[in-house]
Amino acid sequence: MRDLIRRYGTGLSTIICLLTAFWLVMLVIVPNMTLFEQSFRPYLPVAEIGGPRDVYSLSNYGKVLEGSVERSLFGIGFTIPVRVLTFTLTIWYSIVVTVICFLLAYPLAYYMAKIANPRALPTLILLLFVPLWVSEVLRAFAWWIILALKGPLNSLLLFIGAIEKPVRWIADYDAVMIGLVYTYVLFMIFPIYNAISSLDRNQIEAAEDLGAPWWRIHWRIVLPHAKPGIASGSVIVFMLSAGSLLVPSVLKSPNSQWFTETINETFNDALDWNTASAYAFLLLILCTLFVTLAMWVFRVKLSDIAK
Amino acid sequence: MVAMSAGIDLENVTCDFGPFRAVDAANVSIKPGEFFSFLGPSGCGKTTILRMISGFIEPTAGSIRIGGKDMRGQRPNQRPTALIFQNLALFPLMPIWENIAFGLEVRGVDKATRRKTAEDLLALVDLPDAADKMVSQLSGGQKQRVAIARALAVEPQVMLLDEPLSALDLKLRQHMRAELRAIQKRTGVTFIYITHDQGEALAMSDRVGVMSQGRIQQIADPRDIYNSPINGFVASFVGENNIFTGKVENPSQGMASFSTPHGTFRARLGDVGSGGVQARLYVRPEHTLLMAAPGPENSIPVTVAEVSFEGNFVAVHAVSDSGAKLMAEVRNDGSATLPAVGDRMHMAFDAGRAAILPDAATKG
Repeated sequence: MRDLIRRYGTGLSTIICLLTAFWLVMLVIVPNMTLFEQSFRPYLPVAEIGGPRDVYSLSNYGKVLEGSVERSLFGIGFTIPVRVLTFTLTIWYSIVVTVICFLLAYPLAYYMAKIANPRALPTLILLLFVPLWVSEVLRAFAWWIILALKGPLNSLLLFIGAIEKPVRWIADYDAVMIGLVYTYVLFMIFPIYNAISSLDRNQIEAAEDLGAPWWRIHWRIVLPHAKPGIASGSVIVFMLSAGSLLVPSVLKSPNSQWFTETINETFNDALDWNTASAYAFLLLILCTLFVTLAMWVFRVKLSDIAK
Repeated sequence: MVAMSAGIDLENVTCDFGPFRAVDAANVSIKPGEFFSFLGPSGCGKTTILRMISGFIEPTAGSIRIGGKDMRGQRPNQRPTALIFQNLALFPLMPIWENIAFGLEVRGVDKATRRKTAEDLLALVDLPDAADKMVSQLSGGQKQRVAIARALAVEPQVMLLDEPLSALDLKLRQHMRAELRAIQKRTGVTFIYITHDQGEALAMSDRVGVMSQGRIQQIADPRDIYNSPINGFVASFVGENNIFTGKVENPSQGMASFSTPHGTFRARLGDVGSGGVQARLYVRPEHTLLMAAPGPENSIPVTVAEVSFEGNFVAVHAVSDSGAKLMAEVRNDGSATLPAVGDRMHMAFDAGRAAILPDAATKG
């Protein structure tokens, strides 16, 4: 603080602090606290707000358990509340997206960090970034066109003879996952790239000199070293995927439902902000719990990720 | 533990990096169980030779044989060599014993045996209680020993060491010299040692190869490298010299006269080609005598310019009447009286202790 004043003077320092405080309080804390407070109150006609029925309860959170559907997994039938099912599938497919992103990002990040010619690196990174210049909406729609039943992807695959009849890509969660992977894979590449860049090449050579084949060098030397990068990439991709609204709504199929869509429908279609707030906080809390659990399982510390 | 050791033959080994020739037609035959050093300034190609032997670089031309077997196309993980890196490259995320046993883990040795071997090797390198520590908990010298143990664990026939002592402080470096030499004798493994430190090379090696600009200049045992350097580069890289430039005259029976602006001297004649050519005369400061009266041969009248007391010897810098700068090292036997700056004296040297040498062999 004293440093700030010495560097920018009292006037400018005050402005910087006030702007930061405004951003934090008005744009983050107040809206979230408002929604949090609302989530405990019932959805009432305007006239009754503040009346005798407007009391705090957990009933909005309880609504997530209403309305059961039948499903079967591995041949075992069971009934499950529909929103719990949506939530579970959202988490599950976000995990799948995270794993696919890792499988794509790790070899590429390793190539960029240790194999590619350093002079070619700026071009490579630029090529990775170019798609980010296009808005997320356009990219999602582009995939919707590419994956359409009579779209370019099927035409190409039919032409080279890889498939015999068009594949319905936009079915179940397939297109959603493709879209999410495409949108968020960069958030996996760069943390891993940074982590692998800091690995001393002599370590790789020492392992090879001691007789290790390539896969063991990766398993014992590169992967453990890259673990903090993998962890932060995974947390980012998982949280962004589970919280994404645009990609799941553009690339959805008749039987895909993302939990954010449920929240959005409750906000905008049912206009029930109280229940929607409760769902939103459930998503936030449960995702945070899940990430914490995953970090505990993989023995990653928060300080590793912050590196 | 007696490991098999193998000899190494380099035959016309050449390595180009683009237009730059890093190693030029290196020929050397290293015997099994020998401690061999490559000595030279940075950029002379010694590390390239080491990386070619370990398999990280393929020679552009020529062949490398280890134990008589041609190594062309063999990856580092297929060669019977173990490399100790300049920065050691220990694995910081593994405890010490896993570091040492990594090569065994790769070979599918079971965990109990790996642990046992690691502990045996730790005892060998005099670090008995370090097995469960992490790399970051060890000092520089201890890391050094772990690196040696890790390399020995795979029972290499050849150990390659890339300036492994350069990061240590002077006292530890001198201690580790003796240690390395002892470990080499105990295990009988062929050691190939890379260094730019002449003291290290001379003190530890059975033989030394002095390199400059990609060429091996001279291969000999440490005494011959120091006492009979083959050319000017070897003479001046290994040790100090007083140098005169002049002309060879009347060569006969390995001796010649050498006429310089500072006088005509007698000295041993090196391989400088036919008579009358330009060459240089080299004489070591400790072979240069400082006297009150003119010596019987090769004597130059001088004025003392600087006297620096180094403890075990005294370095006397002087300028001759003809302008040559000379240095003599006088042993401090405790009784000698030191000359004073400005004293008129004479410097002289034995003809047998001075050599007329060509400049370094360069790329041909």
